[in-house]
Amino acid sequence: MNIHWTQKSKLLAPIAETGHCGIFLFRMLGSIRFERGLLVSTLQQTYLIGARSLVIIMICGFFVGMVLSLQSINALQQFGASDQVSLLVGKSLFRELGPVLTALLFAGRAGTSVAAEIGLMKATSQIEAMQLMAIDPVQRIALPRFLAGLLSLPLLTAMFNAFAILGAVVFSIGVMGLDPGIFWSKLQTGIYFGKDFIGGVWKSVVFGGLVSLIAVYFGYYAKPTGEGVGTATTRTVVMSSVLVLIFDFIMTSFLI
Amino acid sequence: MKDPIIRLKNVSFKRDDKVILDDVSMDIERGSIAAIMGPSGVGKTTILRLISGQLHPSKGSIEVNGNEVSTLSHRQLYECRKDIGVLLQNGALFTDLTVFENIATPLREHTDLSEEAIRERVLAKLDSVGLLGTEELMPDSLSGGMARRVALARAVILNPKIVLFDEPMTGLDPIAMSTVRGLIRKTNDELGLTSVIVTHNVNQMKKLVDHCYILAAAKLIAEGSPQSLTRNEDPAVDQFMNGRVDGPISFRYQKATDSKTANPS
Repeated sequence: MNIHWTQKSKLLAPIAETGHCGIFLFRMLGSIRFERGLLVSTLQQTYLIGARSLVIIMICGFFVGMVLSLQSINALQQFGASDQVSLLVGKSLFRELGPVLTALLFAGRAGTSVAAEIGLMKATSQIEAMQLMAIDPVQRIALPRFLAGLLSLPLLTAMFNAFAILGAVVFSIGVMGLDPGIFWSKLQTGIYFGKDFIGGVWKSVVFGGLVSLIAVYFGYYAKPTGEGVGTATTRTVVMSSVLVLIFDFIMTSFLI
Repeated sequence: MKDPIIRLKNVSFKRDDKVILDDVSMDIERGSIAAIMGPSGVGKTTILRLISGQLHPSKGSIEVNGNEVSTLSHRQLYECRKDIGVLLQNGALFTDLTVFENIATPLREHTDLSEEAIRERVLAKLDSVGLLGTEELMPDSLSGGMARRVALARAVILNPKIVLFDEPMTGLDPIAMSTVRGLIRKTNDELGLTSVIVTHNVNQMKKLVDHCYILAAAKLIAEGSPQSLTRNEDPAVDQFMNGRVDGPISFRYQKATDSKTANPS
């Protein structure tokens, strides 16, 4: 089959972009200098993109816990096993829903904000001004935001899980009248620290790196126009969501 | 030319197939104020980007302060840029930092000065551009002229040898224009800088610069003092200096294939 060169370039473009993104990651990591300035700006960004995402993460976590327990009790009642609800909710939260849903919410809330901020800095020549002042914008702009994302997502996942368990408690014990002792003992004995909890932590670290890399990369290479900034934010959400789900499957197949 | 600090030798630059600059040579003398002039889109800003090493020429060489900029490594280029201040067209102030922090940024990055010494130098620069008292303001609360003056203070805070100005007077009212013009002359003479100004504002340049270069259709068509260029009889120079519609410089867009034939000389 003959493939026209434009079709070939369309096929090769995602591979080329993945390579370019990889080089950008190495450039960022290579610019790490253990100095006070990097620590301060990383903590500032952790506050801006991490702490400011807390409310949305807590609200979503709470209702995910409520709806999970509602569905679980409904299904388990048919087999007379409704006292197993905390085990089902806990397993699904720590292993899958916690890291994945937090990463998707983080991509929508913080990823877009980072991509738009860096894209706008480019459109208003602030990145260019920095280069002309002999300041590396990858080190000063991209790196602290990337590290902040890497740090924030596991912490936000922990908050998401905590509020989801709270939601499950409110619904299962408060509304459905399940015995609190059974609820907590099943959760305590059925959830394994290594397999369930640490597995979820690993996922959230990888997703944090993935979402923040995509956000800083698309922001940094956005066209310096209003349309370019818009495209960068849209691509950040779409690519982050797709890649989080793909990486989730790959990691689960190794961790299970 | 006694002591050129910037030398462009037979520089050509192409973007895709379009010729932006064709065999341009210029020597800019140390301590002078030089203007690169010409109609919009002729490649004036491209010359600034070539001098600052943001772009590399397709042919020719560019020597800045003794360094051949197109052959420098990334690290050497950043080292070379510490001697070059740049004032971009819109000022490009960092919107998340105060006026004080904007001006202090190069000092924090490239010097080991104490916080007290940084404060002293930033306030002195702010005073020299007439904006003492604005240090805690954010860039979005400044007028266009004030933002340009803050950007000038930031560009010269490291006491560079060369300052590049990209359209420093565009969009300013006549009073702000005169203020910025006076500041460029004052800063240049007091700090012993070399200033290169990209502009198409003929009247302002007549009052400010020592030497002018005029570009048209990718070529350097004339150079000299503003007074000598005013008397120049070349049709393209006369058309540009006097703002005539009719003449060899076309205002129509030149396609890539036409660029070589658009040379008026």
